[in-house]
Amino acid sequence: MAVDRSLSNRYRREWIVRAGTFLCAAISILTTLGIIYVLVSESLGFFKEVSVLSFVTGTKWGPPNDYGVLPLVSGTMIIAILAGCIAIPLGLLGAVYLSEYASEKLRNVVKPVLELLAGIPTIVYGFFAVTFVTPQLKKILPDLPAYNALSGGIVVGIMILPIVASLSEEALNAVPRSLREGGLALGATKGEVIRGIVIPGALSGIMSAFLLGLARAAGETMAVTLAAGQLPNLTWDITQSMQTMSAYIVTIARGEAPAGSVEYQTIFAVGLALFVITLTMNMLAQKLVAKYRLKYG
Amino acid sequence: MDNVTVPKQDLSARLPIFRIFKERLFVVLCIIGTLFGVIALLLLSYQIFVDGAQRLSWDFLWAMPSRHPEKAGILPALVGTLWLLLLTTCFTVPLGVGSAIYLEEFAQKNWLNRLIQVNIANLAGVPSIVYGLLGLAIFVRTMSLGKSLVAAALTMSLLILPMVITAAQEAIRAVPQSYREGSLALGATRWETVRHSVLPSAFSGILTGIILGLSRALGEAAPLIAVGAATFVSNVPKSPVEEGFTVMPIQIFNWSDMPKRGFIENAAAAIIILMTVIIVFNLLAAYLRVQARRKTRG
Repeated sequence: MAVDRSLSNRYRREWIVRAGTFLCAAISILTTLGIIYVLVSESLGFFKEVSVLSFVTGTKWGPPNDYGVLPLVSGTMIIAILAGCIAIPLGLLGAVYLSEYASEKLRNVVKPVLELLAGIPTIVYGFFAVTFVTPQLKKILPDLPAYNALSGGIVVGIMILPIVASLSEEALNAVPRSLREGGLALGATKGEVIRGIVIPGALSGIMSAFLLGLARAAGETMAVTLAAGQLPNLTWDITQSMQTMSAYIVTIARGEAPAGSVEYQTIFAVGLALFVITLTMNMLAQKLVAKYRLKYG
Repeated sequence: MDNVTVPKQDLSARLPIFRIFKERLFVVLCIIGTLFGVIALLLLSYQIFVDGAQRLSWDFLWAMPSRHPEKAGILPALVGTLWLLLLTTCFTVPLGVGSAIYLEEFAQKNWLNRLIQVNIANLAGVPSIVYGLLGLAIFVRTMSLGKSLVAAALTMSLLILPMVITAAQEAIRAVPQSYREGSLALGATRWETVRHSVLPSAFSGILTGIILGLSRALGEAAPLIAVGAATFVSNVPKSPVEEGFTVMPIQIFNWSDMPKRGFIENAAAAIIILMTVIIVFNLLAAYLRVQARRKTRG
């Protein structure tokens, strides 16, 4: 350690470092401001051509004539709900097993596997959907088209499963041991304690895990672009092809839409809508987490 | 809860058959929930291996993309990914570690610093495609870096920064307070304390976060498509500022979307290579995490 440096020199260095690290941290604020600025300013050009009302309520998406975002929003929501149908029950049950039943040894094997599952690139899930899930589904539903929302929803469900499971497990672990012991002392079985005491006690944390998983599913891009296709489609029929908001952005970005054209601006308008939706879900999730932290401190 | 020890209940002696049945069924359902992820991973690996293993060869690594699947290779994508990894590391490490040091060691508890912290949590949830739009408007157009690897790496850095900052913060927080007090008592300034006591102890934890962040960057395709990574590139990128590049995930995307069976095999082979790197990164991170835990405990 350089002790012989003069005091003023050391203080100057101290302030330089403080200012420097503060600037690093400020980048995160700039990133948020940048995202909002870019999305809003580019969308403004679009909303000069197309009214906000017809964008938000229009049921047909087909640039350059129809700019109703609802088919893209419904595509996104349906994929997210399908993914949720897989990841939420299985993720919660898995979390219960890992937190309440599994031995230390088993947990040390399963948790890294789940972590690996969370680390797989989404494009790989898309590949898996096209080459494995869709062909398997076709054995049950022979009329299934090559691109369909069902197969996309299934792989996105597998993708968000680790997130739901690990966050739910955290919430379950936060429930104090005394509550479990109270239940057992009253003569409840272990399963009854889990269903009647532990899960309700961790509910806000579990809900937050669900929301974060769904938000991730809604923002997912590559897997759904490959699996669910590129057809904006306002329908509840999950065997059909659907385009999500993110898949639309990628499809346009892949082509050569000249900067400043309405088509180019649409991706920012759609991006803005996606940003608002996922941000709302994430903030709600954080509120819920704060609630259970407060409860068990 | 791992430490709740329930005495082995002899259910049959005390409970009606229905309650026993429910109890067993619940455990079975929980096991299914746990195994589902494991089975999905096995199926996925098996499918990719069956499709891609026979295409793996040195030629596949060194060849250019081609219209003929059996002649095609991944060289431009591989080089693009390596460039991207290198540049992203250069941008992310100083920014991520700097932010974490500020937030943990220097920041006072005021509204601004609380805002930064909340903001980082929110940024972690922003879909990657939105970062792509940010990169397209700011780096590619406004700063006119063009559709280059630098623009892509800057975008990717912003994407993984929240992850890296959070991990680095956790590592710094895990350093015992006594280390800092010892150093400060010897007359060191805050920064000297951080530099010589805190950072060395938090090093492996910080490195874990960086590796996991980079492994995320390795697999991302969507934001890069938005900043203009080309779908068909026939030459190896020579410099990071030159227009037109591609990376492994995008090459995989293109091949997966082609009707010819040969391209599916190529995609699978490329996935095997990409996944191998990602698994190595994850193992490295896991190893470092164990090391870090040992250090702060000892």
